[in-house]
Amino acid sequence: MNNFQYSRASDVADAIRLLAADPGAKLIAGGTNLIDLMKENVERPSRLIDISRLPLRDVEETADGGLRIGALVPNSDLAYHPLIEQRYPLLASAILAGASAQLRNMASVGGNLMQRTRCPYFYDTTTPCNKRSPGTGCSALDGLNRNHAILGTSNSCIATNPSDMSVALAALGALVHIARPSGQRTIALTDFHRLPEDKPHLDTNLGSGEIIIAIELPPHGFARNYSYLKIRDRLSYAFALVSVAAAVDLEGNAISEARLALGGVAHKPWRSLEAEAALRGQAATPDHFGRAADLLLQGATARSHNGFKIDLARRAVVRALMQAASATPQSQAHKKIA
Amino acid sequence: MADLTIPERIPINLVVNGESRALEVVPWTTLLDALRDRLQLTGTKKGCDHGQCGACTVLIDGRRVNSCLTLAVMKDGAEITTIEGLARDGTLHPLQQAFIDHDAFQCGYCTPGQICSAAGLLAEGRARDADEIRELMSGNLCRCGAYLNIVAAIEQAMSRS
Repeated sequence: MNNFQYSRASDVADAIRLLAADPGAKLIAGGTNLIDLMKENVERPSRLIDISRLPLRDVEETADGGLRIGALVPNSDLAYHPLIEQRYPLLASAILAGASAQLRNMASVGGNLMQRTRCPYFYDTTTPCNKRSPGTGCSALDGLNRNHAILGTSNSCIATNPSDMSVALAALGALVHIARPSGQRTIALTDFHRLPEDKPHLDTNLGSGEIIIAIELPPHGFARNYSYLKIRDRLSYAFALVSVAAAVDLEGNAISEARLALGGVAHKPWRSLEAEAALRGQAATPDHFGRAADLLLQGATARSHNGFKIDLARRAVVRALMQAASATPQSQAHKKIA
Repeated sequence: MADLTIPERIPINLVVNGESRALEVVPWTTLLDALRDRLQLTGTKKGCDHGQCGACTVLIDGRRVNSCLTLAVMKDGAEITTIEGLARDGTLHPLQQAFIDHDAFQCGYCTPGQICSAAGLLAEGRARDADEIRELMSGNLCRCGAYLNIVAAIEQAMSRS
C-alpha cells in the first residue's frame, strides 16, 4: 500500500470539502474493495476520507410507500432488514448471493455501487488496461476473457460490473441520491453505472466531489413472484458468470408486469425495457420467457473464451422467470436449482 | 506533485478481548497487522491478506469481519474479540471445544478464523441447518478440507447454545 493521509469527515458537507481540497483523495466506508485495490497498487490515493461514522445508516419509509436506504447501511443489515425481507426479497436474495458473511458485514450499500471490476488484467499492474491506465490498451480482448462481458462492450474494455446487489436494484427501478457541493441530485440506478465506450476508466456517472448518500426503492417490491439466480464456478463466494434478477406480476397465468436484469455480462447491470414489454400480457410459459431472453441478449457478442455465456444467460433467464412465476425463488443457501 | 510527507502516527484506542489498548499507528496499518505485530496477538492469522480466505476473521463490536481489509485507524474505540479472547476463566469457548471434539482441523492455520467466524454466525442466528451453515461459512477456506468436521462442530455448538 502507498503512504496516504487520513481524515475523518465530521458530516457530508465536510466530506465534500475534503474531497474538493485534494484531487487524489478517495472516500472510504467499508473498505472491502478499496483496501484490496490499494494493496495491489491499483488504487493509490493521496488521502483517505473516512465517512464510516457519518449518520447515513437509516432505512426509512418514503411518503409514497417506498424505502430510503442510507448509503452506509452494511450489506448484511440491509439483506436481513425486516422491511427488505418482507417487501423486497429480490434485493435481500441478491445481496446474500454476493461475497461472504464477513464482507457483507463490512461493505456499505454506497460502496457496493462503487466497487470495481474483478477483471484480472485490471488487477495486474504489469499488463495494459484502459480502465486502470487509460490509453494503454485492453489485455482481455485477446487474452483470457472467459469471465468477460458479452453486452455493451467496446474495443477499449470488456470488463464486467461485479455487483449482485446492483442487478436487483436495477430490476426494481431504484434511485441513487447524491450530494454535491451545490446541493443534491437523484439519478436512476440504471443511469448510475456507465458502459465502457472509449472511457472505461469511468465506472459510473458520479462526478468528482460527489457522494452517494442514499438509495431509494419504489413502492412495488415484487415480493410474491421473484428470483435471483446466480451461476458461478463454485457454489458460494464467487463472482457471477451470469446472474439474473427476475420479477413478475401475474393475473392468473398472464404476466401483467415484468422486470429482468442480468449481472456478470456487462459493464453495468443489463436491463431491457423492450424485453420486459414483450412479456406483458403474455402467458407465463418457457416459450415467452425464451423470447424475452432473446430480446434481452440482442447484440450479445462473444470473444474467444466467453461464448458460452450467451447460451448460459438465455437459459438462466428462462429458469429465473420460471422460478419467479411459480413463486419458488432460488434459495441462496440450498443450492439445488429448482 | 504527490504529497510525500509521512503522516504522523495517529493515537487510537482499541478494546481488545476486554482490555483497553492504546497505540499509535500510521494510517495504512491494517487491524490484522496491528493485532499481530503491535499487540503480539498472533492467533489471528494472515492468509491471503486480500479478504478471500477468512483466516484473519475477528469480531468487531460483535460482528465478524476480515481484519486484513480493515484499517486500524478507522476502528478507534471499537471492541475487538480475537481467538485469544474467546475462552473464559480457563474454560474453552463451546466452539473451541466442539472443534476439538469433532477434529475440525488438520494443520490448524485457518482454525482461529473459522472459530471467530462461527462465533459471529451463532450471534447472527441466521443458520438453521447444515446447508445454511455451509453457505454462511463460505468466507472461510480450509485448504486441508476439514469442512465436514467444521460443519459438525458448528452444529454441536449451535445445538448447545
